[in-house]
Amino acid sequence: MFIIELLASLLILIGLFFFCVGTLGLLRMPDVYTRMHATTKCDTLGVSLIMLGILTGYGISWLTLKLILIIIFIWLTTPTAAHAIARAAYDTHEISRDDTPLFRERREKNND
Amino acid sequence: MLYSTMVFSSIVLALLIPVAFIRGIIGPTSLDRNIVINIIGTKTVVIMVLMAFLYEEFYFIDVALVYALISFIVTLSVAKYLERGELS
Repeated sequence: MFIIELLASLLILIGLFFFCVGTLGLLRMPDVYTRMHATTKCDTLGVSLIMLGILTGYGISWLTLKLILIIIFIWLTTPTAAHAIARAAYDTHEISRDDTPLFRERREKNND
Repeated sequence: MLYSTMVFSSIVLALLIPVAFIRGIIGPTSLDRNIVINIIGTKTVVIMVLMAFLYEEFYFIDVALVYALISFIVTLSVAKYLERGELS
């Protein structure tokens, strides 16, 4: 019983770590695309690990089905939302692809 | 131990929401604010599930499921509005 609680707490803490890293990436990354990269990882991994930790700690019941439904739903919707945001950022030319740090670096390397 | 871990993680998640909100205030473009809407919605879903198990009020999980759906629709419609300028 102690082992199960330890495993559940460990899973919840790892999920919390991914949430902290995602929020740090949201603050520190240089443009929209890289910020979205950080937060999408935080959403999928953080949510699924915290739900798996709760499932491990409380055992199997009818709530298991609902929690797995939440995990599947988050896994389906977060990449779709990220895709929609990225397409909006690309199509409105609010941030051109050539202004992102990766392409700027590549262009400077080609010029040298 | 599991109980105190869940209390700790819900407190940390609640403290991470204002930290994400800083990016929503200083964010240079409106797409950054859209990302902040998305991530705050996800954190709220996780806090709702943790609260459901802490208080043993299990109908909160249904609320969390519906909240995830509404948050997804909000993100999609804001992105579509910013992209096309209309919602038709």
